[in-house]
Amino acid sequence: MLTPEIYQVQSNTQETPDIFTLVLSPRDKKRAPDFMPGQFTMLYCFGIGESAISISSDPRQPHELSYTIRAVGHVTRGLQKLKKGDEVGVRGPFGSHWPLVKKGSDVVLIAGGVGLAPLHSALLYLMSHRQDYKKIKLLYGSKKPEDVLYSQEMKLWQEQGVEVALTVDVADSSWKGEVGVVTRLIENAISSPKETLALLCGPEIMLKYAIDELLRAQVEQDNIHIAMERNMQCAVGFCGHCLYGPHFICKDGPIFPYTKIHAQLAIKEL
Amino acid sequence: MDVPHFLCSTEQFDRLLALIKNEGYKLLGPTLRDEAIVYDELQSASDLPIGWMDEQDPGRYRLKRRNDGAYFGYNLGQHSWKQFLFPPKEKLWSIKKESSSKLAVFQEVEPAIEKMAFIAVRACEIQALLIQDKVFNHKGASYTQYNKRREQLFILAVNCTRSVNTCFCPSMNAGPHVTQGYDLALTEIIEENSHYFVVAVGSERGSSLCDQLKLQTAESSHCDKAYGLVEKNSMGMKRRVDNEHVHEMLMKSWECKRWDELASRCINCANCTLVCPTCFCSDTQDKVSLDGQYVERWQSWESCFNLSHSYLNGQSIRSSAQSRYRQWLTHKFGTWWDQFGLSGCVGCGRCITWCPVGIDVTEELDELKNELDAKT
Repeated sequence: MLTPEIYQVQSNTQETPDIFTLVLSPRDKKRAPDFMPGQFTMLYCFGIGESAISISSDPRQPHELSYTIRAVGHVTRGLQKLKKGDEVGVRGPFGSHWPLVKKGSDVVLIAGGVGLAPLHSALLYLMSHRQDYKKIKLLYGSKKPEDVLYSQEMKLWQEQGVEVALTVDVADSSWKGEVGVVTRLIENAISSPKETLALLCGPEIMLKYAIDELLRAQVEQDNIHIAMERNMQCAVGFCGHCLYGPHFICKDGPIFPYTKIHAQLAIKEL
Repeated sequence: MDVPHFLCSTEQFDRLLALIKNEGYKLLGPTLRDEAIVYDELQSASDLPIGWMDEQDPGRYRLKRRNDGAYFGYNLGQHSWKQFLFPPKEKLWSIKKESSSKLAVFQEVEPAIEKMAFIAVRACEIQALLIQDKVFNHKGASYTQYNKRREQLFILAVNCTRSVNTCFCPSMNAGPHVTQGYDLALTEIIEENSHYFVVAVGSERGSSLCDQLKLQTAESSHCDKAYGLVEKNSMGMKRRVDNEHVHEMLMKSWECKRWDELASRCINCANCTLVCPTCFCSDTQDKVSLDGQYVERWQSWESCFNLSHSYLNGQSIRSSAQSRYRQWLTHKFGTWWDQFGLSGCVGCGRCITWCPVGIDVTEELDELKNELDAKT
């Protein structure tokens, strides 16, 4: 539980200036563990340490796990340098997952920055169960046009009936889409609020404003689900770093229904 | 009295420790060092701080000579038993590099587990052990090394017939009567012409030791006397926490001004979390060999008073001292209930005594409540 398994790097692709996607397979051609979209694993970079990273791949791929990661600390910068064939440690999967059981509803996925990574896995799941849902919409905000993740894949998603709305904080002359915060896209995206499942992942400030917009658009509180992030070291509720009021983000989360954490979201420095 | 009770003389007690030791247990108990009671290895009963007592107040701890030969005439020092079950530093695993890209397998550490006997465990400390049992065992995971040490543990408990000013176990439902989780529980009785222990039996192992010592069965008068001494002590403790309502109160306290006032005194030293017998936060570090080819993963105690505790993406979530003190107090007395179904505080008072600036949690809880009451 606290000891990793060894995985091999299959590929390491630079997505944007500071974000990369790592594809890993268990050494000795073993099957990767089953997981559900929204769950995370601890990735260990030799000699540097571990970091909690959400799985961004399709849960139906039995032999690999992929991760889209922002290089921001020692461990993630170490992972960024890995090449095909290098070995790392993986523990998990841990935590709760996106509640992808509400069939027959619209699903709106709202992402900010690298927050699209855990939703990427959910999106792949939704597309493989496309007939179970009505509209699927992705609202995605980035800082700049070059920060937009998975831009090649997006055409495929659109072909499979996913409506994609992008916005950037700062545009350049190449940008044809919206400019501004992602929360501005919400009002127009909600057509049948009582039948909408909303999945959110991004910076905490974005989450708060996005929730306000969803509630204003009359999306049911129970149908809003949020990915939370805190320092996680053990991933099993022992080390205390991810305490968030009454919750351990690692085992009670990282995916929470809004109704379970709305009181905590209002408290500063919790 | 539903459990068997025996009488034990001081000579028989000395033999009791020898018997436990002969059964392969390492004896750990209170000893005298650097003018404090510290838990360490005992060779025999003579290593106990016999004839000593402690005085404790917020930010103050002193040892004094007693005018009798009491074996257990003191209460608690800064040490708690958690150091033996959840050590301050513990190696979790190690791994080697086999080539520039390949790793060998992760070697999980199998610690050599010693059979331990804790001598003179107080009621509040047993409650603390039971709390840590819950923390380290839930439906998703269990802390293997902790459990291996815990399973073999022998607990010789002592009922407190005195307390210090910082004690408040009765209001936390954690003492001073030892009621659970022990093998043997002693109450020391010192009278003009006699000095003996009333021994309650809490397990088969405990029972077999009493048989080996051929202890005399206690009369109900002895049991009543022992109970009375502990009960009198219980009634005498002045500090208290409103354990029934404190959780609810704290969940309304997030914006209280008292947190600012507290932060102006708290020096963020983390002493309270280190002396606390239930605090469980830990950190991990990688220790890398000089040639960079071998790594050990170590776990060590961590405190929510450290900025690094809430580090995330280049900054600390709880960057103010207010928020860190609030985290500790609201967790210990409040959200602990949500997580484990009971309070995280056992009323041992260590955090009060060992706070260098004498912050008293019971007083702070009262002040928070007063501030909230004044608002309504």
